[in-house]
Amino acid sequence: MTVLMQAKGIRRHYPVGGGLFAAKGLVKAVDGVDFTLLEGETLAIVGESGCGKSTLARVATLIEPPTDGELLIDGKVVANDAARRNLRLSVQMVFQNPFGSLNPRKTVGRILQEPLEINHRGTAAEREQAARAMMDKVGLRQDQFGRYPHMFSGGQRQRIAIARALMLNPRIVVADEPVSALDVSIQAQVLNLMMDLQEELKLAYLFISHDLSVVRHIAREVMVMYCGRPVEHGPKDSIFATPRHPYTRMLLAATPSIDPTRRKQAVTIKGELPSPLNPPPGCAFASRCPYAAARCTAERPEPRAFAGHLVACHELERIEA
Amino acid sequence: MALLEIRNLVVEFGTARGRFRAVDGVDVTVDEGEILCVVGESGSGKSVSMLAAMGLIGWPGRVTADVMRFGGIDLQGLSARDRRKVVGKDMAMVFQEPMTSLNPCYPVGWQIGEALRAHHAVPKPKIRDRVVELLDQVGIPDPGRRMNAFPHQMSGGMNQRVMIAMAISCNPRLLIADEPTTALDVTIQKQILDLLIGLQAEHRMGLVLITHDMGVVAETAHRVQVMYAGQMVEQQSTDALFSAPRHPYTAALLDALPERAHGRSRLPTIPGVVPGIDDRPAGCLFNPRCSAATDLCRTTAPEVRDGIRCHFPLGQGHGA
Amino acid sequence: MSATQAAPMPGRLALFWRSFAENRGAVVGLALMCILITVSALADVLALHSPVEQFREHFLIPPIWQEGGLWDYPLGTDDVGRDMLSRLIYGARLSIIIGFSVASLALITGTTLGLTAAFAGGVVDIFIMRLMDILLVFPSLLLAIVIVAILGPGLFNAMLAVVVVTLPGYTRLARASALAELARDYVTASRSAGARTFRLMFDTVLPNCLAPLIVQVSLGFAVAILDAAALGFLGLGAQPPTPEWGTMLSGALQFYQRAWWVLALPGLAILFTVLAFNLVGDGLRDALDPKLKR
Repeated sequence: MTVLMQAKGIRRHYPVGGGLFAAKGLVKAVDGVDFTLLEGETLAIVGESGCGKSTLARVATLIEPPTDGELLIDGKVVANDAARRNLRLSVQMVFQNPFGSLNPRKTVGRILQEPLEINHRGTAAEREQAARAMMDKVGLRQDQFGRYPHMFSGGQRQRIAIARALMLNPRIVVADEPVSALDVSIQAQVLNLMMDLQEELKLAYLFISHDLSVVRHIAREVMVMYCGRPVEHGPKDSIFATPRHPYTRMLLAATPSIDPTRRKQAVTIKGELPSPLNPPPGCAFASRCPYAAARCTAERPEPRAFAGHLVACHELERIEA
Repeated sequence: MALLEIRNLVVEFGTARGRFRAVDGVDVTVDEGEILCVVGESGSGKSVSMLAAMGLIGWPGRVTADVMRFGGIDLQGLSARDRRKVVGKDMAMVFQEPMTSLNPCYPVGWQIGEALRAHHAVPKPKIRDRVVELLDQVGIPDPGRRMNAFPHQMSGGMNQRVMIAMAISCNPRLLIADEPTTALDVTIQKQILDLLIGLQAEHRMGLVLITHDMGVVAETAHRVQVMYAGQMVEQQSTDALFSAPRHPYTAALLDALPERAHGRSRLPTIPGVVPGIDDRPAGCLFNPRCSAATDLCRTTAPEVRDGIRCHFPLGQGHGA
Repeated sequence: MSATQAAPMPGRLALFWRSFAENRGAVVGLALMCILITVSALADVLALHSPVEQFREHFLIPPIWQEGGLWDYPLGTDDVGRDMLSRLIYGARLSIIIGFSVASLALITGTTLGLTAAFAGGVVDIFIMRLMDILLVFPSLLLAIVIVAILGPGLFNAMLAVVVVTLPGYTRLARASALAELARDYVTASRSAGARTFRLMFDTVLPNCLAPLIVQVSLGFAVAILDAAALGFLGLGAQPPTPEWGTMLSGALQFYQRAWWVLALPGLAILFTVLAFNLVGDGLRDALDPKLKR
């Protein structure tokens, strides 16, 4: 199985605030992430707001350089801006907001042809041909070629966004909450489309979502993030069947389910995310964790292998007992 | 006697392209101490119908109903001033976006106090104490200090708790929550829902929960009302709805949930889209997308029978 | 999929016109504007005399409805015998040209500066915006006078001065809109496809910033005409015998009792023209403002 993308120790920090009289703070949006993307497979990144998944998406799409760590695409290290510009074409993104991700002043045809125009691919006639072919592939009618985005529904706009992402024939698609803003019935259509395209074009998906039921359906591998760090990483079935990290358990317990048998026992959820500017020492989850011990507030846990997953927790043995 | 009783609610908007019926003949009944969930996708009219009940639909919307009674009082016959005495006091609403529903210029304590002052619920010197008590009830730590905070200084979850405090400040008998947790994270969502249900049980309020998340419905509702394109299509108790949905739309909606996919790679979908203002079909509004539609469905709009708006409800021999 | 009567979705232009036409004032302004443009285009045909020809035996003739008026000069003549009506008509042409040139030059320069500030950020942004702040510190007319004093009186220099004075409005608007659009996902998508800054600025972002700029231009027309007239009145703009309305006013104050038409008519012309453009500008803003959409 071909490895398309590899991330090693990715960190992305943002300096904030500061001025003449105040010290500059540092927001560690992503603080040490490793993953491997295989051809034709989906890695899902799960987490709540502030966990750094969107920032990770931007780094993976090469829109932003990591502050630290290494990103390899097709075995080539993305070392500098030039490399980033070149390799950007093999990783494209589908955004969350179907209303904001399309240029309101351009027709669908122009939107789809734009990536080809920018990179001087083909003649004008060939570009139009490619755009029309892509419209067919994602299930849009040909007569919609000259329409503006505001004339489409949310689900159709998301199809256009997917089509646009595929125009440059990328091998990796980073999807940042692509179905979160859609109704359930439309969500199903778009998910089916994404899975069909993945099978046909052997795409690798980096699928960011906070919706666990969607992730359970589409992913093969799941990574759970909290405050910029991965807390658990493993194969999907195993993560859902036997979550190890207390945060993963809390997340699964908190997700409302229509199936009464799936509802895990009630887990009290207390507290809120710590402020990203002032993360507490030790494990970021300690303040909310029902199993927190003294070690947890002093020493930050590193991910380690446990029962087939990579889990960042000190107390795993005690929890299992 | 039902706490809230609405029959044949119609809300029309005049748009550049003609009159549009956002809500078309909807009945809503809520009893004391009952949790009713109104479910639907976008364009179903679920929010608009509740806003109409609260009297919050302004021009160019027009609200008409055969019956709109709250606690026996006819809401339609009230003058604006009398209505204001009811709305916000006995009937309260919590909105979707906590960050934008609070006034960014005033501290949260002041805003909660505003509701108390408007309804003269508490004598002036006691307002501060009541605000602290409310903030404590909704689970905000250090309420004495937090009441002077501004909305932007607090998280979304905290702001939603403030909204709930505002809503329950005058001890309402009915609480309407319009997608109160959609903008929040899953773990916070659970906390807020638990809070709402706890308060509802404690004060024996009627609770109307508007949502599009079927999981939330399954875990909280006593009764469910499904809406489609401005009409109510199914109304049942929660268990009955999930185990045996009777309207084809409800069944299709439940099937489309990834949770029900049971390992199948393709999710069953509902072909087509919700009709907008331009393409309302004749007959049953769902007929273009219904796998069991017949000629009768295409020509005659079905009436509500037994809580279902369908010529051939499922589980009666016809349909899938 | 069966659908019944579907009203065809009206085109964007039709929808826009409907919003615009809701504002009665705007429609009146538009009508006035059209009349003005027609008059100025057909000036050579409509005017009875040349605007600069002096009829020595007929100075200070009153308008036709007063005693002593002559049909040859329907609106009377000024103190050196030039026909008022012809001067007003040619003045209209001049005003339209002034308004158009100043507004478009200020628009192009201001928009480019604003976009550059938004995209470049950092020092460039600070530099440009502080420059605009400096321009805003001075009362606009005073600043225009200073500029003309430096460059020398004349219509062209007056127009340049007005461009400089109205620049900050366009720059700030363009920058604010551009900054808002830069945060949107579609810009990131274009960037991710490899678009370079120039294309991002003018092809991706600019078309989405146009609404407030269009409103500013239509209001800027009015401002330009007014400011040019003010400079003309002060003797710093168009020089006599050019039939610019402001210049016509200069030196006419003394006639307010003897020959009110020499003073009032150019003043009224300025009034109605500026009013027309202001009304149209207001109408455009209301029609284009998404928050007012129902």
